Amino acid sequence: MADPVDVLIIGAGASGAAVAWSLADTRMRILCLEQGGWMKPSEYPSTGRDWEARQFGDFHISPNVRKLPADYPINDDNSPIKIVNFNAVGGSTILYAGHFPRVHPSDFRVRSLDGVADDWPIDYATLEPFFAENDRMMGVSGLAGDPAYPAKSSPMPPLPLGKSGARLGAAMNRLGWHWWPSDSTLATQDYEGRARCINLAHCLYGCAQGAKASTDITYWPEALRAGVELRTHCRVREITLNEHGMAKGVVYYDENGVEQFQAAEVVIVAANGVGTPRLLLNSVSGKFPNGLANSSGQVGRNLMLHPYAQTYGYVDEPLDGNHGPPLCLWSHEFYETDPSRDFVRGYIFQMSRGVGALTEAITSSAAGRLPWGADHHRVYRNLLNHRIGMAAICEDLPEAHNRVTLDPVLKDGNGIPAPRIDYTLSENSRRMLAHGRARALDILREAGATNCDGELPIAYAGWHLLGTARMGDDPDNSVVNSWGRSHDVRNLFIVDGSLFVTSGGVNPTSTIQALALYVADSMKQRLATLFD
Amino acid sequence: MDTLNPSEQRDLQRLAAMMIPASAEYGVPGADDPAIFADIIRSLGRDLPSARAALAALAEGGPFADLAAEKAEALAASLRTTPDLLVLHRLVLLCYYRDDRVMRSLGQEPRPPFPKGHVVEQGDWSLLDPVRARPPIWRPA
Repeated sequence: MADPVDVLIIGAGASGAAVAWSLADTRMRILCLEQGGWMKPSEYPSTGRDWEARQFGDFHISPNVRKLPADYPINDDNSPIKIVNFNAVGGSTILYAGHFPRVHPSDFRVRSLDGVADDWPIDYATLEPFFAENDRMMGVSGLAGDPAYPAKSSPMPPLPLGKSGARLGAAMNRLGWHWWPSDSTLATQDYEGRARCINLAHCLYGCAQGAKASTDITYWPEALRAGVELRTHCRVREITLNEHGMAKGVVYYDENGVEQFQAAEVVIVAANGVGTPRLLLNSVSGKFPNGLANSSGQVGRNLMLHPYAQTYGYVDEPLDGNHGPPLCLWSHEFYETDPSRDFVRGYIFQMSRGVGALTEAITSSAAGRLPWGADHHRVYRNLLNHRIGMAAICEDLPEAHNRVTLDPVLKDGNGIPAPRIDYTLSENSRRMLAHGRARALDILREAGATNCDGELPIAYAGWHLLGTARMGDDPDNSVVNSWGRSHDVRNLFIVDGSLFVTSGGVNPTSTIQALALYVADSMKQRLATLFD
Repeated sequence: MDTLNPSEQRDLQRLAAMMIPASAEYGVPGADDPAIFADIIRSLGRDLPSARAALAALAEGGPFADLAAEKAEALAASLRTTPDLLVLHRLVLLCYYRDDRVMRSLGQEPRPPFPKGHVVEQGDWSLLDPVRARPPIWRPA
């Protein structure tokens, strides 16, 4: 049996890295177990001629298609939105576009302001210093002065508008609607050992330049230098309890598939909104027959995924195509609740440049725009580099029936029961999606685009895994308290997207990491009384 | 390495030419071009079972490669949206749209994005002036 550690973190992704780095200055013995390995940027898709093709193979966004040894299967047959993730040091920050908005102040007061869902037990002001700290650690590019947010600043200037951004921005101005260059974790300058963005434009699939912040190149090097131990290719099966009902440690499989036990004084789960409830539900005991820390019955419930309404069109001149970071602007025009609409809450638009040659061919063929035969070449030349578009990221309100459970049959490579997803779109989400599509068409037409199309909702867009172990003051309807500690097990903490009480309508990584830093700081403030 | 048999390859080459024929007007080869077709065969990988199934459906009434043009087009059109043929079509596209000759004809450099990258113009930042002038649109809470 390995020597006990003070703090055991499960998962080395967005939140696990942040909490490890923050706790490192306590000089406690900290160990992180990660089921994946270290990525090699020299082998990322953008380094080879098959750079686009690999998104259909070993860099597919779905673990069910990718099927790498680090992946675990997810039964998402009963969901119109499929779960996407990545399993490695860095987690899904390896496989994200680096779009980095924060939630809004109103997102913490949804019940008070709009009479739906629940308020968070914390507010925007609580997280504000951790947003700023995380922006510095991840290296955020952006522009101060956005009227969609309370005052904030970024360490680096924004991504270029380019032809695509300028065309979309001009259209938004004519409509009188808000737009702004997005906060992004793509470094626009050399930053903390990272090279500046040179527009590889394949941001989603790992950045060979190192310009995109993934936690394997931001938090982890600093955490490791500070003494944190990171053990890769270790998949945790369950968290065990001692006779006092406290977490005793974890049972995991090492890289050779050998079962191991690791004792710990404190266990922190950072395995994302699907992996975390899966682990808790797999950790059954006499005291917790329905899963660890689940006396409320809320573990796995309230899954929120952010339905995406994608819309795009084609203009009469070549724009940036795929020669710049795909995401360049956002609009918060439709973010806050407007009583004149037929839905509550709202969404942002993330606006995008074009796509690569192969992606254009495949998506246009699938949509019936690109014919077989002699006319293929003419039509294709009017599509490539002429595309602009956007996606409405719709706030998904918590519903108890949207949930993660354990699949009775499906198991991963170590024989651990796999998660099952049951998820339906609410009527509010459907209305919001329809609104997002209609406004996107308004924008695209104003920008001179024709031949508009899209996907509603995008099926493979379950990036944002939120709400399945939510925080709250009431142990009867929440899993952890207002600083991430389990109501039931006082040395068990959760720091990932599972904590979200509501989802906001923005990409959540910035908020997930700010929450992780906030929980770590809360623990450090209470070290002497952590288990009281 | 497991791959398509000669008969399947002949059928696939016919199908590839129907999907993307050569064009003198644009100066590009078809997807049945020997170099592109060899790339398709090399790249079957995890798509091999789907490719086999799609080709089997096309060859139910005899070798697809030997069908008269009208019959072949009608048969391919009837199966075009089946999952296996969609996979095969994607494979043809992904090999076609990385061929050096094809990429040059599109004005694209035939190279991976890294390490050279690309250049994006800054754009006209004065476009933001009307947005800067707006009052806050976030709700205090």
